[in-house]
Amino acid sequence: MADPVFSPDDQKLFDSRLADILTRYPADRKSAAMLPALRMMQEILGWCPPEGLRLVAERLEVKPERAYEVASFYVMFHTEKPGKYVVDVCTNLSCSLRGAEGMLAYLERKLGVKAGHGNEQWLLREAECLASCGTAPCLQVNEDHHENLTTREKVDAIFANLG
Amino acid sequence: MTVAPAPAVQTVISEAWGQPNSHLISEYKKRGGYKALEKALAMEPTAITDEIKRSNLRGRGGAGFPTGLKWSFVPKDNPKPKYLAVNGDESEPGTFKDRYILEYDPHLMLEGIAIACKAIGAHKAYVYLRGEFKFQAERVDAAIKEAYEAGVFGESVLGSGFKLDCYLVRGAGAYICGEETGLIESIEGKKGWPAVVGLFGCPTVVNNVETLASVPPIMNKGAAWFAGLGTDKSGGTRLVCLSGTVNRPGVYEVSMDTTIDQLIHDPKYGQGMPAGRKVKAVIPGGSSAPVLTADETDVALEFEALKMKQTMAGSGGVVVMDDTTCMVRALWRVTRFYAEESCGQCTPCREGMPWMTRLLRKIEEGLGEPEDLEILMNVAASIAPFPPIGLGNTICALGDAGALPVQSFVMKFKHEFEQHIAEKRCPHGDHPWGHFGDWA
Ligand SMILES: Cc1cc2nc3c(=O)[nH]c(=O)nc-3n(C[C@H](O)[C@H](O)[C@H](O)COP(=O)(O)O)c2cc1C
Repeated sequence: MADPVFSPDDQKLFDSRLADILTRYPADRKSAAMLPALRMMQEILGWCPPEGLRLVAERLEVKPERAYEVASFYVMFHTEKPGKYVVDVCTNLSCSLRGAEGMLAYLERKLGVKAGHGNEQWLLREAECLASCGTAPCLQVNEDHHENLTTREKVDAIFANLG
Repeated sequence: MTVAPAPAVQTVISEAWGQPNSHLISEYKKRGGYKALEKALAMEPTAITDEIKRSNLRGRGGAGFPTGLKWSFVPKDNPKPKYLAVNGDESEPGTFKDRYILEYDPHLMLEGIAIACKAIGAHKAYVYLRGEFKFQAERVDAAIKEAYEAGVFGESVLGSGFKLDCYLVRGAGAYICGEETGLIESIEGKKGWPAVVGLFGCPTVVNNVETLASVPPIMNKGAAWFAGLGTDKSGGTRLVCLSGTVNRPGVYEVSMDTTIDQLIHDPKYGQGMPAGRKVKAVIPGGSSAPVLTADETDVALEFEALKMKQTMAGSGGVVVMDDTTCMVRALWRVTRFYAEESCGQCTPCREGMPWMTRLLRKIEEGLGEPEDLEILMNVAASIAPFPPIGLGNTICALGDAGALPVQSFVMKFKHEFEQHIAEKRCPHGDHPWGHFGDWA
């Protein structure tokens, strides 16, 4: 038998939260819970591994391909295991007008990875507009938002506490 | 340059922003919150819709569609359940206004949701927030819980017998899910491919966060008051998002006759340009809106006025580019976004956006050839016509959103593109964005 996706405790947590979410949708539309289910799984495991996708598909009574299709469509779901920290740097127009390209180059040097690439520690990506254009430039680290990053010191401060 | 200060406006939507604990229901009620809902619950649904029609409220999500009219399209005799889907995807580059409503005044939106549901006969509302809005999702989640405890949602809304449930749904990073049918697909747990049926095959109204936040003030103070704040065809004030090279970027609530010049220069708003810089170009309504030159900015930030200039008010994202900005680089950034975010369903968009992005990169790197500009314009025209006269050759307006910037940038700043090609380099060298920050 394949290894279980979750620890017994996590499995319980996942199933009870999923049961709650399913009450929000019509009974014959279980698959509507796909995004919340994938998000929950990723919160527990850090990514969406193939066996996890199969489990979600089974719970929502759809084919595994459907879970994979959805997981791979959205950039926030990781179908490949990312580094410990996912760093999303907005380089859209408003941020670029205020230095985002320079900030990205600085981060490439600082973290030792090129944008679009990663290692065990970091996954560095150019993100699409993060709706923070008035406080540009901005970035997110594991979905935590940081804005007004106008100097190296401010960027360094974010990473100072990340091991 | 001197600009008359913009006329003072009432703060219809942004009243509470910045006040301590403005997001809590206790504070919201102190401001008179949920009185509008009480009023609406005592009214006939059609009377609510008529009131919204008379207010001239137009959708703030991008298309500017009259909100009352949209609500009136929901069939009354259809036995199927009806749904309200709230669009908090806020993904159009340059747009960051709904974020503040969600953070500072989520109950204003929730009250608008309850009133809208009563009007259209919906017993379930789904609030869809873009996945990157983590903090905002926490705020909205907490506000929904408070609203249930206060009896705003649940079996009997404020004891009226009207049943209403409200749920938060979080996206996971896809611009296309802001398009209303993509949004519905995403709430249904699918990838966001635009289609045509409502949520779960039922009649569905999709409204933007700011649109719904405008509803309680209308019910409180009356349609005539709201309509009177705006122009003939568009009621109320609106939130505009000022970004790019100005001294004080931010979200400002302005009256509809406020011009772009006023927004940029007025001490209450943008406070002018950084020392030594001049406006070169302005995008008036999110990055898909055709660009304006510095000579075209004496125009009101209002749907009809901007349409006269062959552009659009869109989502209220005003992006200012100063005279140190390389327009080829700027357009490459804009186009790259639409290439990344094309869902891939329609060929002109799926193939055309990356093609245009590659051509622009090539020109920016000094490798452009004389015929490239014509190819670029042909590709853009094959996706959507310019000026915007309705939908182009794709199922949804993402195609138009990516094609219009290309056409307007190239038409209005052709010399810069030609200069790149003639000189075989970017004339701005290593500083296509002027100097911002010290990252070297
Ligand atoms: C590609 C695309 C992206 C869109 N993104 C958003 C968005 O992020 N937020 C939004 O409210 N409307 C967005 N819209 C507009 C919606 O399709 C829809 O018109 C709007 O949500 C309706 O609400 P309203 O009538 O209250 O404006 C987008 C449209 C398109 C074509």
